[in-house]
Amino acid sequence: MARYFVKRLLMAILTLWLILTATFIMMKSIPGDPFANEKMILPEIRANMEAKYGLDKPLFEQYITYMNNLLHGDFGISFKYKGRSVNEIIATGFPVSAALGLSACAVGLALGIIFGILAAVKRGKWPDYLVIIISILGVSVPAFVFGSLFQYVFAVKLKWFPVAGWGTFAAFVLPTLALGLRMIAYIARMMRTSMLDVMSQDYIKTAKAKGLSGMSIIWKHAFRNAVMPIITVSGSMIASTMVGSFVMENIFNIPGMGKYLVNAVKDSDYTMIMGMTAFYAIIMIVTMLLVDVVYMLVDPRVKMD
Amino acid sequence: MMSEKQPLLKIDELRISFNTYAGKVQAVRGVSLTLHAGEVLAMVGESGCGKSVTAQSILQLNPVPPTVVEGGSITLEGKDLLKYSDAEMRKIRGHEISMIFQDPMTSLNPTTRVGKQITEAILKHQKVSRKEAYSRAVDMLRMVGLSNPEQRMRQYPHEFSGGMRQRAMIAMALVCNPKILIADEPTTALDVTIQSQIVDLLLDLRQKLGTAILIITHDMGVVADIADRVAVMYAGVVVEQGSVRDLFYHPRHPYTWGLLDSIPKLDHSDEPLIPIQGTPPDLLNPPKGCPFAARCDYCMAVCHDHLPEETEAGEGHTVRCWLQHEFAPHVNNRFEREDK
Repeated sequence: MARYFVKRLLMAILTLWLILTATFIMMKSIPGDPFANEKMILPEIRANMEAKYGLDKPLFEQYITYMNNLLHGDFGISFKYKGRSVNEIIATGFPVSAALGLSACAVGLALGIIFGILAAVKRGKWPDYLVIIISILGVSVPAFVFGSLFQYVFAVKLKWFPVAGWGTFAAFVLPTLALGLRMIAYIARMMRTSMLDVMSQDYIKTAKAKGLSGMSIIWKHAFRNAVMPIITVSGSMIASTMVGSFVMENIFNIPGMGKYLVNAVKDSDYTMIMGMTAFYAIIMIVTMLLVDVVYMLVDPRVKMD
Repeated sequence: MMSEKQPLLKIDELRISFNTYAGKVQAVRGVSLTLHAGEVLAMVGESGCGKSVTAQSILQLNPVPPTVVEGGSITLEGKDLLKYSDAEMRKIRGHEISMIFQDPMTSLNPTTRVGKQITEAILKHQKVSRKEAYSRAVDMLRMVGLSNPEQRMRQYPHEFSGGMRQRAMIAMALVCNPKILIADEPTTALDVTIQSQIVDLLLDLRQKLGTAILIITHDMGVVADIADRVAVMYAGVVVEQGSVRDLFYHPRHPYTWGLLDSIPKLDHSDEPLIPIQGTPPDLLNPPKGCPFAARCDYCMAVCHDHLPEETEAGEGHTVRCWLQHEFAPHVNNRFEREDK
């Protein structure tokens, strides 16, 4: 057990190092620099700025300095947001994005699994077709369409919820739904396929031959086996949702961290790009580890080694 | 004789089809079988002849759709099971009639402990405490020959070998002491040495518990070992039915002869096996005459046009073949032997 986690930790460090090195190389090979957007910048000022941020040093030295800072948990100071450290931006934005992301995931997983089971059990009947329609809509229509639509219908017309904002439960509902809809669609489709596969297995026939009712077959024998693929995908899904959605946070004016990564790339905000990437990678690695632990709890055939 | 008593299970003129996009597949076309208490009836025939469909229809385990029962009846001690609702059938399944399947590797739920899968059946059908159910399950595992039953109860199926899993399946099926065990090719997926162990186990349990067994197989060796009576199926009909002695010493149907020819024999190991030429008919459009006519060495004109009736060839021995007709030419039956 302990050996397993030590091995996973070493792998995680290696993964993180590879991701950051690759990001560093790609970032530096893109034309432009953090000051490219400043108008009429004097060469002397530019040289001063580069010296201040260490951009005048050889690339390899910059890389070493940056990695060293990272080792000490220091992501550096943003080029764009003057005077704010990347750590600080993550510390304020992440709790907001994570709260929204996790609740969207909870809604997506719960409803997605229930809809998927329903569709599989009622295969070829109207609930199945309804779920298929929701799935196709949810997967193919972009999330911002639903975001704006929900705002128009539930906030502007019906006035049930505020149009945008953050901090109250009512403000939480629409962005959660808009973000969760895509997940419901995705998970429902996956659960339906998985459930249909499991229901055709021999051990389901055994359960039926034992005299169990349809409901106990579904919950006691089919569900646990059918939910495996959902666990697999939920790790990366939860991680990517937790670090914030650029579109949703923009539409609903939510002070999360979704916009920072996108904007950082646009602005060549080097420290921000690296910091966000490192943070995202860490979240991803941690959720993947959690998924593997859950896997071991659900499937007795999976062992830790 | 047994035949004078009321049979435990009686299948009468059963007809089952599958509705497919290509049309209606007539899988079972008028099958009649009887099973008496404590008896072992073997159903033999090649793949796709309707053995499993017939057996599964007893417990209504065939998926609906596409399965349609077109006619006939299945009676358990005088009760017509085909008229039972799903809720009523659930009280029969695992309680009065149990079933085990071909592949023990996939027939147990991989994520549930073996013990729980057995006690589940007990708790479903009998009003006993969990503790009582547990001790019954342990006893049953011991009875089917698993060592350390308490430890086995806690294990998962992947910790069992194929033979052990089939033993666990048998334990699960018999734990509520059903009147009938349906075994759908219980030895096909196992090693030869394990096969004979499972056959011995079934015979032993029949002796101890008095369970009647309906066994499906295409292994004539298993039939000879285990069965009291045999029904030979071909293309959805029973072509010959009788005691094991009748089938091995006085077989009457050319298809039965073909099956017997295809068994390897120890004393003639240098002789090649004789396969039955051709393939079974397409059950989307079954032939109106005898389904075996196209492959039969003794085929006559009448065989193509009319399905022969079941005729008595001896007590409890019936044959569906025009060769049994009084005007049919005499065929030298090289399988006919003196009873030993």
